Amino acid sequence: MKPFTTHRGIAAPLLRDNIDTDQIIPSREMKTVGKTGLSEGLFAGWRYLTPNARDLNPDFILNKPAFQNATILVACANFGCGSSREHAVWALAEYGIRAVIAESFGSIFRANAIRNGVLPVSLPRASIARLATDLQDSAQPPQIEIDLNKCVLLMNSESEAVIMSFQLADAEREMLLNGFDPVDLTQTHSAKIEDFIRDHRIKRPWIYKDEI
Amino acid sequence: MTPSSTLFDKLWQEHCIQSDASGEDLLLIDRILLHERTGAVALEALREKGREVKTPAHVFCTMDHIVSNRPGRTRNEARTPGGDVFISSTRESAARSGVTLIDIDDARQGIVHVMAPELGIVQPGVSIVCPDSHTCSLGAFGALAWGIGSSAAEHALATQTLKQKKPANMRVTLKGGLHPGVYAKDIVLALIAQIGAGAAANHAVEFTGGGVRQMSMEGRMTLCNMAVEFAAFTALIAPDEKTFEYLAGREFAPTGAQLDDALSWWRDLASDEEAVFDKNITLDTDALAPQISWGVSPEQSGGIDQTLPFIADLPAEKRKAAENALAYMELQPGQRLLGEAVDGAFIGSCTNGRIEDLRAAAYILKGNQVSPDVKAICVPGSQAVKRQAEAEGVAEIFKQAGFEWGEPGCGYCFYAGGDTFAPGARVVSSTNRNFEGRQGPGVRTHLCSPATVAASAIEGVIADPREAGGVRPV
Repeated sequence: MKPFTTHRGIAAPLLRDNIDTDQIIPSREMKTVGKTGLSEGLFAGWRYLTPNARDLNPDFILNKPAFQNATILVACANFGCGSSREHAVWALAEYGIRAVIAESFGSIFRANAIRNGVLPVSLPRASIARLATDLQDSAQPPQIEIDLNKCVLLMNSESEAVIMSFQLADAEREMLLNGFDPVDLTQTHSAKIEDFIRDHRIKRPWIYKDEI
Repeated sequence: MTPSSTLFDKLWQEHCIQSDASGEDLLLIDRILLHERTGAVALEALREKGREVKTPAHVFCTMDHIVSNRPGRTRNEARTPGGDVFISSTRESAARSGVTLIDIDDARQGIVHVMAPELGIVQPGVSIVCPDSHTCSLGAFGALAWGIGSSAAEHALATQTLKQKKPANMRVTLKGGLHPGVYAKDIVLALIAQIGAGAAANHAVEFTGGGVRQMSMEGRMTLCNMAVEFAAFTALIAPDEKTFEYLAGREFAPTGAQLDDALSWWRDLASDEEAVFDKNITLDTDALAPQISWGVSPEQSGGIDQTLPFIADLPAEKRKAAENALAYMELQPGQRLLGEAVDGAFIGSCTNGRIEDLRAAAYILKGNQVSPDVKAICVPGSQAVKRQAEAEGVAEIFKQAGFEWGEPGCGYCFYAGGDTFAPGARVVSSTNRNFEGRQGPGVRTHLCSPATVAASAIEGVIADPREAGGVRPV
């Protein structure tokens, strides 16, 4: 996993509630038994004019000249709701998105993002609105700088600097900062896991029926 | 445990190996379910890293997501381009890793959340995960069941554990009865419309109340299935005699002396009376009409006899989304949905593809014909449901009425490049999601109960099942 420490990039406002993973990557775009080759399908239903061609929709935010190199998305509530497909995060990461700033996230999407080095930043609705206003109004969209060590983001708009802090659980932050493999981390506790399973087997033997 | 624990607290505690300083818990996972869409990715990724499945006997893999629904389908037949590769790759990965594979031609094959209860893989009190968001359906058995991504599935396969921060508790109490023509699907759509698609974020939801006790296991699964549509971590229902009766004699359910031990634990699985929930919602079902969605989020739903929202009446933050939704759905604010012409009708999916759903639709379809303008399809949720429907004459009623009768799978629910309706088609559907393009590019999905689908298919317009020649009592 690619570690996330600090990142500075263009932020694109995609201001909708309930952006589901079907919109992030439609199922027809998940063509291979792997985690790559998915960025073409990112937001395919909105990004292209017709479902099976690649003619760009000029009205979609990521196709606008100012936002073509966006690496941060700003959205509203419940981003990534719907299907558990991790392809949504793989597509975002492959496209180059390093962070999504939203009011809230679908819980499976959020967990998937952290496991793949994409930072989910939760901010109150008013803060999202504040960021969005500057992003939309500016001729040159301001870049957002995110520092995960300090859990703050910084945006220099035309008139003033906006600084916002956000929260992330320590374990999630550690995983992102260090690019840890969660399986390796868990396996450092394997003795404790084995002890727990031994006890659990004695208490609930019918759960292990198929092994006896 | 304190004497005021919720059922969710108890199940969590039962599986918690350790807590770390940041508040994440390491949980033991008793059962892992996989399917060919995301399971193959997880098994393959595990192999690439030189890891093995820790406890293959606890892992069950089915073929449901991209298999063809065509009657008489062949062993590798998919309706999605390249789908045969997902199928064959899953077959190879499953064989190599030693997990139980329920293949396309297996008599037990079915949609993962339909098949797992039928085989007794899910039981009260077990922790069970699947890389599929509707795994919360299985909480209907009093199991700790939740949907995960493929990387989390790799973790569970390799370690038999998952790390998770414990969500808060939310109780949804169903007050009142179930009335003819109104089903679990209507109740949960009304709930989501009332509280919003993000309402249960970071919460585990327990459904309680007389309405729940009255429901069959099928109805309870439908209720829990839709919990992810209001952002719940999972849903659960305390098990009761209906649950135990349902599981009796199923292939992977306990038997003999072990069953007695299991039952004595299962009977204690309930929230304490004094348990405090972080959020409480009560829904009175007595006055509820059949529900139908009008927009592109399940929260955009309402009574079938209501008019669509006047945009100006909505709270400011909901207006833009409603405008977008009505534009996509080609509907006008203020109009009625009743009488709106439909092009397609679908009954199936992990939400409403069980025998009880098919019976409810058949009760309305019997002796009637689907409108010639409607493409109507029924895909039973599993081979067992299909066999039962054929044995009871339910299948014959569907076919006589003009429904296509497919092979079990998820295809029509989420369009994978194959089975679909025409772009722009208006479809009444017993599935769970009305997202833009969910059932195919441009398709307009109206979520509703199987009874409403059946009534609308006959009339050729959105129709109230209570007026369609009577409805089978629930």
